[in-house]
Amino acid sequence: MAYPLTRDIDVLKKHANQIRIHSLKMIAKAKSGHPGGSLSIADICSALMFGVMRHDPRTPRWADRDRFIMSKGHCVPAWYSALAQAGYFPEEELMTLREFGSRLQGHPDCAKLDCIEAASGSLGQGMSIALGMAMAGKMDNADWRVYCAIGDGESQEGQIWEAALAAGKFGVDNLTVVLDNNNGQIDGYVNEVMPLDPIDAKWRSFNWHVIAINGHDMEQILAAFDEAKQTKGRPTLIWAKTIKGQGVSFMANNYTWHGKAPTAEQCEAAVKELSAA
Amino acid sequence: MASVASRQSFGLALAELGESHPNIVVCDADLSKSTMSCHFAEKFPERFFEFGISEANMLGAGAGMALTGKVPFVCSFACFISGRFDTIRISIAYSRANVKIVGTHAGVGIGEDGHSQMGLEDLGLMRSLPGMVVIQPADDIETRQAVKFAAEHQGPVYLRLTRQKLDDVNDSSYEFQVGKGVTLADGSGLTLIATGGTVAHALKAKGLLAARGVDARVVNIHTIKPFDAELIAKCARETGLLMTVEDHSIIGGLGSAVAEVIAEGAPAKLKRWGVLDVFGESGTPEDMYRAHKIDAEGIAETAEQFVANAQG
Ligand SMILES: Cc1ncc(C[n+]2csc(CCOP(=O)(O)OP(=O)(O)O)c2C)c(N)n1
Repeated sequence: MAYPLTRDIDVLKKHANQIRIHSLKMIAKAKSGHPGGSLSIADICSALMFGVMRHDPRTPRWADRDRFIMSKGHCVPAWYSALAQAGYFPEEELMTLREFGSRLQGHPDCAKLDCIEAASGSLGQGMSIALGMAMAGKMDNADWRVYCAIGDGESQEGQIWEAALAAGKFGVDNLTVVLDNNNGQIDGYVNEVMPLDPIDAKWRSFNWHVIAINGHDMEQILAAFDEAKQTKGRPTLIWAKTIKGQGVSFMANNYTWHGKAPTAEQCEAAVKELSAA
Repeated sequence: MASVASRQSFGLALAELGESHPNIVVCDADLSKSTMSCHFAEKFPERFFEFGISEANMLGAGAGMALTGKVPFVCSFACFISGRFDTIRISIAYSRANVKIVGTHAGVGIGEDGHSQMGLEDLGLMRSLPGMVVIQPADDIETRQAVKFAAEHQGPVYLRLTRQKLDDVNDSSYEFQVGKGVTLADGSGLTLIATGGTVAHALKAKGLLAARGVDARVVNIHTIKPFDAELIAKCARETGLLMTVEDHSIIGGLGSAVAEVIAEGAPAKLKRWGVLDVFGESGTPEDMYRAHKIDAEGIAETAEQFVANAQG
């Protein structure tokens, strides 16, 4: 039986908040990882897991499940948290992130965890995998959908645009890609490192349906996924404008928190701030 | 004894060379603070190009710059560099473009990030390309001199560097000679042939082995191509047993290069040691070296067994 989804904004926000808290605790415990982009994608992950996707924690490889690919694989802590909260594995296991022998690898490993759809971690590849799944679903007249999260820094990879071109050609309307546009990458701000603008015109010209939203507004997120589902003949890009490090004042919009673990004290302060929210 | 990551030695050496070598330009793909090309970027911003996360494009543009007289150092993690193999194969190697390719974060020694960020096949790929010089230095002084060599050599070079710190294995009188292995410690019972991150561990293993009655020779092969077949053949003749130790797949890298020498006539028994045709995983760098038994203890244990089996 499919996981009981909810449209209750407060519940989804609570899950998102828990994703943020988990992500920070996991990364602090591991003493390495990527907090900035895990926090920016948290609301999207919550919406997908608890409000949008058809899935069953008791049957991770259920043939009729919706698929999700975290193409920006370094942000997998956010998805691990969502998976644990949904019951795919015990929440305690989250704290083994990046430990030797853990199923929770630093970047997704689908052989170690059956609730992960594919390996990622080399940026630019996940969207092609999502495209292939969507094409296979179409061939089988399946009604499940494919979701994929990509980064804005990641969008500098040529393969993203090869996938975008192909998805436009193949008209995979069962594919929804979320662009986490937090404007941060490692060496600086995306609009300085290698600007992507204009984002919407680019994707539209590749024959995508583009929906621009505030990626931290749960109502807008749900509405966008609904609209994507109703869009026929074209894949949808949800252009989510987000804040890197969202929810933690000293991390927000500061790209130096891309791939740096908070200390135990910083983590405590951040969790306090999130718990009060 | 100093201990410096070879990526750091590289970054500092390159920034220094920038002064005397005005044709050097440096490209990076959103990892300048990890590859340490940031030192050059800071000093020579007009000769540094940030390509964002687009390694194939960066490598190709590097070829274009080289074919127009510049000496580009193009930098990223070894895994992402080798992931763009076809670009390197055609735009750089086949074009005979004078590009210096720098792949950092070699091997399982990077630790927590896990398999997707580990360069484990790059040596095998790079040494298969005609004309490509492939270098993996073992400590600070060797890295600095290798960078200078790369800058002045006419032709493509691949430099493989580590994220983790490397203990010194050479002294201050050291002189890097491309294609020439270095015998770091003599011995007659077996030769440990190491490269890059495993060299200091192999030296330590020699001490452990001595206590167990095995007299090990230790050789550092910093140049994987052109390969010092002569030195390997000499060690084969003199010690009879060779064990290669590398933080790389045992398929394609140093172990394979030594196997080729032996197969073509040098008489010795060979143990290839390193990452044994498995994926890397997350853990601390120390965990990883321990798990793959390429730390001093693991090397000593494996070597001892190899010697015992060979005798028995
Ligand atoms: C092909 C590739 N090149 C480089 C990296 C190293 N890397 C990891 S995260 C990152 C920055 C990603 O930025 P973005 O896609 O915007 O992610 P976010 O800001 O959402 O974390 C880079 C360069 C990588 N994982 N893959």
